[in-house]
Amino acid sequence: MIYFDKVSKVYSSTSTALEEVSFAIEAKEFISLVGQSGAGKTTLLKLLLSEEKPTSGRVFFESIDVHSLAKKDLVLLRRKIGTVFEDIRLLPNKTAYENIAFAMEAAGKTPEEIERDVPQVLELVNLLGRSWHFPRELSRGECQRVAIARAIINQPDVIIADEPTGNLDPLNTWEIINILKKINELGTTVILATHNKSIIDSLGRRVVTLEKGRIVRDDKEGRYIV
Amino acid sequence: MIWIKAKRILKAGFINFWRNGWVSLATVLIMVITLFTIGSLIFSRAILGSMVAQIQDKVDISVYFKTDSQKQDILALKDEISKLGEVKNVEYVSAEQALENFKERHKENAMITQSLEELNANPLGATLNIKTKEPSQYEAVAKFLNAESQAPTGSIIDKINYLQNKKIIDRLTKIIDSAKNLGSILSIILVIISIIVTFNTIRLTIYISREEIGVMRLVGASSRFVSGPFIVEGIMYGVISSIITMVLFYPLTTWLGPMTENFFSGVNLFKYYISNFGQIFLLLLFIGATLGALSSFIAVRRYLKV
Repeated sequence: MIYFDKVSKVYSSTSTALEEVSFAIEAKEFISLVGQSGAGKTTLLKLLLSEEKPTSGRVFFESIDVHSLAKKDLVLLRRKIGTVFEDIRLLPNKTAYENIAFAMEAAGKTPEEIERDVPQVLELVNLLGRSWHFPRELSRGECQRVAIARAIINQPDVIIADEPTGNLDPLNTWEIINILKKINELGTTVILATHNKSIIDSLGRRVVTLEKGRIVRDDKEGRYIV
Repeated sequence: MIWIKAKRILKAGFINFWRNGWVSLATVLIMVITLFTIGSLIFSRAILGSMVAQIQDKVDISVYFKTDSQKQDILALKDEISKLGEVKNVEYVSAEQALENFKERHKENAMITQSLEELNANPLGATLNIKTKEPSQYEAVAKFLNAESQAPTGSIIDKINYLQNKKIIDRLTKIIDSAKNLGSILSIILVIISIIVTFNTIRLTIYISREEIGVMRLVGASSRFVSGPFIVEGIMYGVISSIITMVLFYPLTTWLGPMTENFFSGVNLFKYYISNFGQIFLLLLFIGATLGALSSFIAVRRYLKV
């Protein structure tokens, strides 16, 4: 479904983020990318979203070279990928409900669909009572749950979660991970980048380990070993 | 679907404007200054224009005729002058009228009144007052009259005052011309400066939102769907600013109206404001909305590249 073909990303002569990385992700997989800060996890995800362009190599999503897409088609691609960021990135001037509705509006959904789906997904992340709060009025954990709700609202094929539990307390961390697991069970591919050992060990799913821009391990039922 | 999208963009623009309260207020304030500058220019052009018209109206050539000249000769010359392309109008003042005017002007001066009474005959001749369309055209008319007065058969013309007034008229023509030029250069510079300031203010307001723009793109919003609300906001800055500017001009022109009427004799700014309200408002509205929309469009484009 997703295929990285000898992808390199060089920011400057002294900073190489990725070096000839190749691997494939199957549909409905729950894959974890691990590695220390600066190992290239975030760069890899940015390349998939076409937020950055690779220095060499190609990234395929459903056999389409992501970086050959025109702007208009890129918009369509991004609607198939839901994203959750470490720094959450909610729109600060919109309420929880509006943040989620925005993704639906952007995708051209009808008002009826929005009124039907948004409360449902808010219930899934257990935030129905906080719909009309602004991000500044919510805790970090709550914000991250809103962000996940926003990522899944358009039923994407893939969810990318880049350190979604960074800066969260253990209780919120597990809540986030459980939501991601639930989403994966419903048939969505999940790509999780993290350096949280206990999460990886408890998941018991495929783990790809990055070190200094290279893949050093790829285990089917991996544990966190760095 | 297009209607739903348009409605969403419009609604998002309104909501952003409202929720960014302080930023919107600051931007509106800056734009009010710009529109106020432009409005003031419109008013000062009106004052300058009517001043120029008044001065030009006061400039004329007077032709004095000998006391023994016949009325029909003078009227014949008047017709001839009227046919000149440069001439706007020719006014005939008879000898009797000239005497009346003279008496009226000097009625306070006992000596003049007395000495006039002692004279039995009217010492004044008839006069023609000539006005041209442009101040620069007096030269040509004066030449024509000079030729007329030096006709070998003898002339009924006693005196042409143009040559005495020539210097003043020349100077006036120059002052009016340079005032017009200086005025337009200054206005262009002022307008450019205020437009640049407004443009940069709007760019700053969008710079604040640059991360949001990136997030919207990553969530899958099209360029148009992201930039639309910002352009709506820009238009709102323009609409609100033009309304505030027009409201501000009301007390200002009320206050300045009588003063300008005395000083520039005739132009009452307040009356000008009232009678041209619609036109000035539409112009400011158009400039404000265009400036807002265009600035937003250019500024957002930068952050849409993600």
